[in-house]
Amino acid sequence: MAANNFRHALFCAIITLIISYPIIGFNLEAQGINVMLTGADTGTVVMVLLAAVMVFLFQLFREQIMGALRSVPNPLPQSSKEPMAENRRAKIESWVLTGIVILALFWPFFVSRGSVDLATLVLIYVMLALGLNVVVGLAGLLDLGYVAFYAVGAYTFALLSQYTGISFWLALPIGALLAALFGLVLGFPVLRLRGDYLAIVTLGFGEIIRILLNNWTTLTGGPNGIGGIPDPTLFGMEFGRRVKEEGNTSFHETFGIAYSGEHKVIFLYLIALVLAVFTALVIRRFMRMPVGRAWEALREDEIAARSLGLSRTAVKLSAFTIGAFFAGFAGTVFASKQGFISPESFVFLESAIILAIVVLGGMGSQIGVVLAAIAVTILPELAREFSEYRMLIFGAAMVLMMVWRPQGLMPMRRIHIELKKQE
Amino acid sequence: MLVLEDVHTHYGKIEALHGVSVEVKKGEIVSLIGANGAGKTTLLMTVCGNPQASSGRIFLEGREITREPTAQIMRSGIAIVPEGRRIFSGLTVEENLHMGGFFNTKSEIRKSQEHVYELFPRLKEREHQRAGTMSGGEQQMLAIGRALMSRPDMIILDEPSLGLAPLIIKQIFEIIGHLREEGITVFLVEQNAHQALNLADRGYVLETGKIRLHDTGKNLLENPDVQNAYLGG
Repeated sequence: MAANNFRHALFCAIITLIISYPIIGFNLEAQGINVMLTGADTGTVVMVLLAAVMVFLFQLFREQIMGALRSVPNPLPQSSKEPMAENRRAKIESWVLTGIVILALFWPFFVSRGSVDLATLVLIYVMLALGLNVVVGLAGLLDLGYVAFYAVGAYTFALLSQYTGISFWLALPIGALLAALFGLVLGFPVLRLRGDYLAIVTLGFGEIIRILLNNWTTLTGGPNGIGGIPDPTLFGMEFGRRVKEEGNTSFHETFGIAYSGEHKVIFLYLIALVLAVFTALVIRRFMRMPVGRAWEALREDEIAARSLGLSRTAVKLSAFTIGAFFAGFAGTVFASKQGFISPESFVFLESAIILAIVVLGGMGSQIGVVLAAIAVTILPELAREFSEYRMLIFGAAMVLMMVWRPQGLMPMRRIHIELKKQE
Repeated sequence: MLVLEDVHTHYGKIEALHGVSVEVKKGEIVSLIGANGAGKTTLLMTVCGNPQASSGRIFLEGREITREPTAQIMRSGIAIVPEGRRIFSGLTVEENLHMGGFFNTKSEIRKSQEHVYELFPRLKEREHQRAGTMSGGEQQMLAIGRALMSRPDMIILDEPSLGLAPLIIKQIFEIIGHLREEGITVFLVEQNAHQALNLADRGYVLETGKIRLHDTGKNLLENPDVQNAYLGG
């Protein structure tokens, strides 16, 4: 056993050397027109060797280390205390949530412009994650191309504003509906697919949309993107210093206050907040409706669901369509916030991050997903000094989550629907 | 009530049913027995339209359902308890039952739910428990209860005794007998031939995709061929 362990550890250490030395240990340097291969300095070589030694030691004492890890008390124990009575907890929960939303309404007036801007981004991710949660968490359809619907929403607004001068408020429903239509169109061919196959097809769909946007230069401007996307207006009041469009007035003149760039940022934040709350409430409503249970039933057992007379087509398409609808929402807000969009914003990594939010938060759980969206968006901003190691930290966080809390931050609770009062 | 006329079913190029004719009359319990791979489950799946019969005709209450989609068939007064129970393990017992009455109104659901709890008091105790955490017998009860939630005129049971303890099997068969008293037609597919034929008004023996024998349950029990092949001599 010990000899076996030692052999395994030695093997891992050698693999580490083989992988890391050529990547880190050699440098390509341009000397004139030639490229020279030079060895790295001794410091780097020592680091590589140290890494190999660390891998060796970890693999050698792996059991002890993992045992110690497990004995670390769980920071978020699952059932440390008796659960509260269901209806009391629901009441407290709804009060707390209402309180948080009201706080969030007034919060931007007391903090810096940068934080409000970041919070808007967080809210966009909250919308995206809540939408994807319907597809992945509830209906159990692994969608790796979700960012495509986000792109459809954003580009709908950008293109319509460029060619027809449409306003944000009109573009919002159009973008969302168009994204929903794309969801429906994608839904049809993937109806028969499950699991890995579905993931691959949706991944392909996401890439098709991005590459289409990138290459259809005459319409979308290709990699140059589309700029000058208008900001949202408040009943015809613009937030710029000068009014851009005929017939509009400017916000600061109407109310007779000094112009400030912050007004626009706060207004966008409030729009995003209202839309995120709207998204959460609508999806919550869906979850309590029969269609929500149908999504879950289909995830649990497709054959049983069909044996009860549910139509696989209708259930899957509804999940895809509703998920895509809210991605379109988020896309429109994103386009308006940035004022400029390009295919760069809709790469696969975005899909992966949104999916990570859903998994981290706990599949199907709305509160968990919101918390995870906040964590995943804010942490990289806070750790700006470590920005080079961002993906490393992200990966490590994922691994630790899977060790300690594989069910996510806040696993989904069964919503209890009472038909009659019990004596 | 349910009539199959010379039904052939294919999986790709392989024919699994070679012209099967079965009739289940209103208020009867009809058992279909057969060995592994005889095509019992295929026959049931064909009734449900998944896969559809490649030739032959299937009637439900005089209406031809051969080419109807599964979802539509399952909404026309027929319910199936699939092989291996297939309950929604992540949903609670109550939610499982509600899924069974998906297309009914709330008051209908409430009534059928009470009825199911009367039949299976055990399910009432476990109302808010996740279905996957229950024992096999309880899960089978839930699967039957879920099928009853749509208030079907006819219920199809695919191997309800699969993997259950003898005592539980006895209970399940008692419930099936009780269903007949309530006027529900039962089509029972079983490997447990002795109990299935004992309960049945009539029985069919399916062998490699063909009906070999057809008689009353009692006669089949006494038939030496059946005794040899399915009742252990």
